[in-house]
Amino acid sequence: MSGKEPCPLVVVRPSRGIVDEKFVVLVQNLPPGLAVTVHALIHSEDDDFWEAFGHYISDDRGCVNVAKDGSIGGSYDGVKPMGLLWSMKPIPGSRPGLRLRKKDVHTPLVVNISVYQGHMNERFKDTPALACAVAERWYKGPGVQRVGITTNGLKGTLFLPPGAGPFPGLLDLWGGGGGLVEYRSALLASHGYVSLALDYMTPKTSGNNTQHVGNDYFEAAFRLLQEHPQVCADRIALLGLSFGTSVALGMAVYSPVIKPKCLVSVSGSHVMPVNGSLSDVFAEIKKNAHNTRHDEENRIIWRDLLLPIPDDPSKKVDVGQIQCPVLLLVGEDDQNWPASESAEDMRQMMEKAGNSHLLTIASYPGTGHLIEPPYSPHIRASNFMVAQSRTKVIVLWGGQTVPHSKAQEDAWQKTLVFLEDHLYGIKHR
Amino acid sequence: MIFRSYCILAQKTAQVLVSGRHQLPTCIWLSFRRSASSLAVCPPVLSVQPTRALVDEKFQIVVRNLRPKQEVTVHSLHHSEDKEYWEAFGHYISDENGTVTVMEDASRGGTYTGTEPMGLLWSLRPIPGSRHGLRLRKMNVLSPMVVNISVYKGHLNQGFSEEAPLATVVTERWYLVPGVQRVDIREQGVKGTLFIPPGPGPFPAVLDIWGGGVGVAEHRAALLASHGFVALALDYLSVNKKGILHVETGYFEMAYNILQSLPQVSSERVAVLGLSLGATATLTLAAYSKTAKPRCCVSISGSHVHHLKILFGILQRMNQRLPKTRLDENNHFILRGVFLPIPTEPDLKVDVDKIECPLLIVIGQDDQSWATVESTEDIEQIMERSGKRNLLTVLSYPDAGHLIEPPYTPHVRCSTFINQHSREKVMMLWGGQTKPHADAQEDAWEKILLFLHKHLYQDIPPADKL
Repeated sequence: MSGKEPCPLVVVRPSRGIVDEKFVVLVQNLPPGLAVTVHALIHSEDDDFWEAFGHYISDDRGCVNVAKDGSIGGSYDGVKPMGLLWSMKPIPGSRPGLRLRKKDVHTPLVVNISVYQGHMNERFKDTPALACAVAERWYKGPGVQRVGITTNGLKGTLFLPPGAGPFPGLLDLWGGGGGLVEYRSALLASHGYVSLALDYMTPKTSGNNTQHVGNDYFEAAFRLLQEHPQVCADRIALLGLSFGTSVALGMAVYSPVIKPKCLVSVSGSHVMPVNGSLSDVFAEIKKNAHNTRHDEENRIIWRDLLLPIPDDPSKKVDVGQIQCPVLLLVGEDDQNWPASESAEDMRQMMEKAGNSHLLTIASYPGTGHLIEPPYSPHIRASNFMVAQSRTKVIVLWGGQTVPHSKAQEDAWQKTLVFLEDHLYGIKHR
Repeated sequence: MIFRSYCILAQKTAQVLVSGRHQLPTCIWLSFRRSASSLAVCPPVLSVQPTRALVDEKFQIVVRNLRPKQEVTVHSLHHSEDKEYWEAFGHYISDENGTVTVMEDASRGGTYTGTEPMGLLWSLRPIPGSRHGLRLRKMNVLSPMVVNISVYKGHLNQGFSEEAPLATVVTERWYLVPGVQRVDIREQGVKGTLFIPPGPGPFPAVLDIWGGGVGVAEHRAALLASHGFVALALDYLSVNKKGILHVETGYFEMAYNILQSLPQVSSERVAVLGLSLGATATLTLAAYSKTAKPRCCVSISGSHVHHLKILFGILQRMNQRLPKTRLDENNHFILRGVFLPIPTEPDLKVDVDKIECPLLIVIGQDDQSWATVESTEDIEQIMERSGKRNLLTVLSYPDAGHLIEPPYTPHVRCSTFINQHSREKVMMLWGGQTKPHADAQEDAWEKILLFLHKHLYQDIPPADKL
């Protein structure tokens, strides 16, 4: 039965945004001075639910503007226009160790925004909402093309911006978690880069032999970009996160084929056997397995596997030989990889070698290992599948939600400005 | 070599089908004059924000990384549902940083001039060589209108498909926000499409009635639902199987009643909005119905002259020989004479003085199809005489025509009108000049939303006002 009075209205603009775009959430037609909870819910592809919420009081016009008003409780507080996204956590009762990652970039993340009466902290599912809206968050902009790559033994996905180009290119390397992770490349293509997301951690198994890819695999990937008719062959960047940085730095210094125009390292390290193959790197890390620690909740801390930073030059990439600009993005609470120590050592090496003018370091307090595109929910730990032994563990990534989320926003901004500067020649003043 | 390797790539790109020069995506639209693999000059960067927007939202287009003081053409291209191409373009000169900001800079030529943030949409027109008399209408509101925005070197006026653009982006324009439900209505003989905003409701509602064209247009109802109203786009012209256009007021009353009784609708807060013939239906309902009591009404490009029955008759006999109509020097059909002179006898007009609710009238002063200016003057006088002038708000736009659509809809001065009964065609002159008509659409829509919010949402202004 319908009541006589119309309901409050909640509006999200833009209702369909790219994931790094801000949105404005506006609630109207409330009675003035009413305590309300603005709640956001995502039903993930893995069938889990993530939520965030803020406590507000409507103004004398009966409105709440999440972009301008301060939350006084909930999963975030203060004036946090995007808090409804970055402060999301799995709902109570969820499986442990979850991480929110979008696999299918052809569809958006769908966010249900609801307004509830009163300042609630739980039982949202059982309570009728006053009003709802739906917002879509897209990794892929309109016109961006997705092309599966299986040529030359490679496994990856290429994303192309709309238009004839040519465009600068980018080789996008994720970390030790493996698999083919596309969303960052889709996002970068939406910003004008031909981006190749590369799966390189999946070993090839034939019979009893398990082989990791060799360095020629990465060279083939780089060449694919270089030879692509829509790519400016002399404007290709390397972007690596975590283990992907090790690959990127190694290739940039030692590969005769891979000559990046610039390099972005997220939560990475240069510590690895010089000019080693992937197999060599893993073998070396395994030698330090006894350095694995656990926190009070038995979550794995792997940062010591590369510590102490060796003095032996054969055990780390000689960054003094790097010839392109490098941006290092580092979380100071990284529990997975010694990114801070590595960055400091890299700085010293480059100063000694006289190429430190190429280096920019952005170091973020309270920030963990997984520095993802902005507004991605922060998780301090999550499930991790160790590729070689196929065992599931819970890994501690580190970071506290508020500073980590701020860092993600700033790091992405710096990444885009850095890429525009070196690949498009656009200087930001 | 580049061409061949590119074709191989195109084959691998399973989703991309190239069958024509203009086919999206435009990356295939290459002229291959430029060697792709080595580039001395950095390519320009073109961006549009938001990339996906509602049709009544503004966008911001910025071109960066041009040379300073470089002449460029910013061009928009849309491939319509009926397979026609529409384009618009503006001539710009980049600033000393090599940037063009469409929202702030002035176009010096093209299909629009001056500082026009949305000119690339409202000045869209069929490309050269298109059929005459086209009109752009989105029939499927579940998918967006896709527009390619490109930037070309120099100040071009034609030949866009032969030139390789410097850069292209794609933007989507939606009539629906996510979460709005679309429901086909077939109830008690009433036919239409219902749009329901997301959420528990109840919501105010709008009965949305179009004019004498084909079937039912859903786009305005979809847009109203995106602004928080349950909206019913009513189909009233195709219901009669005998091919006779004959619909009683009772049909509209039934539709109103169905809408009002929906559990998602706040029954006391229902409005009626109509354009052209739909406006007559709106006025008729508001004046005569004993059961339908709308909270407010909107009449766009409407008239109180002739009751519905007479207008249906006119619609059925629409051809060049219809008395009191004429053809202009281009053989465009001018209908407005059938409303003139405004009769003095009250029973030849809808009794607007019986209307009890606030009424918003929107008209274009260059309306060549209906005599809306003269009718509105008469309506004002009638309501003045009966002491109800305070219920009336009139928005009258100089140089605007008959088809006052949601904002940024391309203006057409005339288009093909098919008589559904006899299948005869006329080239109907709607009137209006493009720029003032576009301004009218933008201003009218904003005021219509304000009016509906004021009367249906208790005086709370719509989101964009805050």
